[in-house]
Amino acid sequence: MTRARCPIVLAAAIAALLLAPAAVPRAAPLVADLSNHLIAITTDFTGTEVLLFGAVDGPGDVVVVVRGPVNDVAVRRKERIAGIWVNRDSLEFVAVPSFYAVASTRPLDDILDEATRRRHAIGLDTLQFTVMPDDDVDDPDAFREALERIKMDQLLFWRNPLEVNFLGDTLFRTDIWFPSNVPIGSYVVEVLLVREGAVVSAQTTPLVISKIGIGADIFEYAHRRAFFYGLATVAMALLAGWIAHLVFRRI
Amino acid sequence: MQVYLPIAEMSLDVFLLLGLGGAIGFLSGMFGVGGGFLLTPMLIFIGVPPAVAVATQANQVVASSVSGVLAHWSRGNVDFRMGLVLLAGGILGSTAGVFLFGLLKQIGQIDLVIALAYVVLLAFIGVTMLQESIRALLRRRRPKGTARKLHQHTWVHGLPFKMRFRKSRLYISALLPIAVGFFVGILAALMGVGGAFLMVPAMIYLLGMPTTVVVGTSLFQIIFVAINVTLLHSVENQTVDAVLGLILVLGGVIGAQIGGRLGSRLKGEQLRILLALIVFIVGAGLAYELVAVPDEIYSIAPLGIPL
Repeated sequence: MTRARCPIVLAAAIAALLLAPAAVPRAAPLVADLSNHLIAITTDFTGTEVLLFGAVDGPGDVVVVVRGPVNDVAVRRKERIAGIWVNRDSLEFVAVPSFYAVASTRPLDDILDEATRRRHAIGLDTLQFTVMPDDDVDDPDAFREALERIKMDQLLFWRNPLEVNFLGDTLFRTDIWFPSNVPIGSYVVEVLLVREGAVVSAQTTPLVISKIGIGADIFEYAHRRAFFYGLATVAMALLAGWIAHLVFRRI
Repeated sequence: MQVYLPIAEMSLDVFLLLGLGGAIGFLSGMFGVGGGFLLTPMLIFIGVPPAVAVATQANQVVASSVSGVLAHWSRGNVDFRMGLVLLAGGILGSTAGVFLFGLLKQIGQIDLVIALAYVVLLAFIGVTMLQESIRALLRRRRPKGTARKLHQHTWVHGLPFKMRFRKSRLYISALLPIAVGFFVGILAALMGVGGAFLMVPAMIYLLGMPTTVVVGTSLFQIIFVAINVTLLHSVENQTVDAVLGLILVLGGVIGAQIGGRLGSRLKGEQLRILLALIVFIVGAGLAYELVAVPDEIYSIAPLGIPL
């Protein structure tokens, strides 16, 4: 596209927008953004809400999917052995999202059929968790259910979609809650526009959750420079003990 | 006021932690015990992951042992030669213990082992204390019994590698204190305790050390074992929480002062019975959690940091 043609295209786009909203397909039928692209976990962090807002160019449903960074998770089951509850069987799941939430304007089943949902991984039930091949338990489904149940208790998984609300015909908004135990890392927020059972437009927005401040520095130091961190904590303890001795002696 | 503990990765009330550190410090000042064996289960009760509770507690032991040993050193009650031999065993034992800890954590059994170890330990301590205080109460009424023989020859004295410990007035095999140090070192790493409650009786009855040097010597070696445990836990398991440790040390120092002053004014035997009861209650609480039907029999553990 040359520079000279730009104003003409823009003018045409505006004209199309004004004159025939539904008839002409346009570049951005969907725009969305977050109120905050960085969640800082400070020492007094107790969870936070992020506002997702946007606009569509006409009728349709909006589906929002929030995914956290993935990691492997071991699910363990206790069994009673000699009266004591002991971890017995365990199953390891590969690449489990640390956070997963869906928000939509209407119940998911009313908007999309299952095949489409599976293709786009919309809804907790469509997530495929791979199991470590060397783990062998009789009832892997029970372990998967437990994984989802515990994650839901921790408010890190949401089975039922949160609500996306329309303000007027084109503006929409939804609030996503991140609890105090939210794992740090790079999150992806996917916003989809659905019309007549098909995803017609999509936009992804990054969201970074990271530890900030003294707490973050300590965590970082403890993991990156573990030995010096250990030395520092020991030095702190020695100093505290020595000061206590001085105080005790005086009194 | 909530404070975020960066290694435990949770928020707890700072006054609750100060109070807990203070209460345990109070008890340790009053009874002259380390208090680690009570603080760790308490931390577990309020939701601190057991692995973090143990490793942080080891750091706490460093602080309380330093102030204790300085007092004993100034009175000349430390047998450094014996302390170093015990320490050799202690370093080996605690190193083995930290690696065992890491292994148990990996296979998901560390919480169980810590809880079981504490139940056994608290029952043992509770019974010992109760016995002692009852005996002390009875002794007041009865005439004094015959004194224990100062020196008895047993199989222990036939072991090789004999060493002379001048301060303790002993000539025994070095293997014995090394073994004692090793065993207590394992416990120190697994449970985050100093281990004086085992070390002191072992030094008196097994090694035959004079009681005057026992406490100072055991404190001396505990410092270095606890330092070793803290460092290794930091490097191997990253479970030492500096913020939690600092708050507990602060509370502990203040509590120990008050406890120490109050303890000298109150009667010892009744207090001992009281402490024994506290020990029993904490032990019973841990035991109950092991046998009670859990709300959720499944648990999840992330393997590595999310990417």
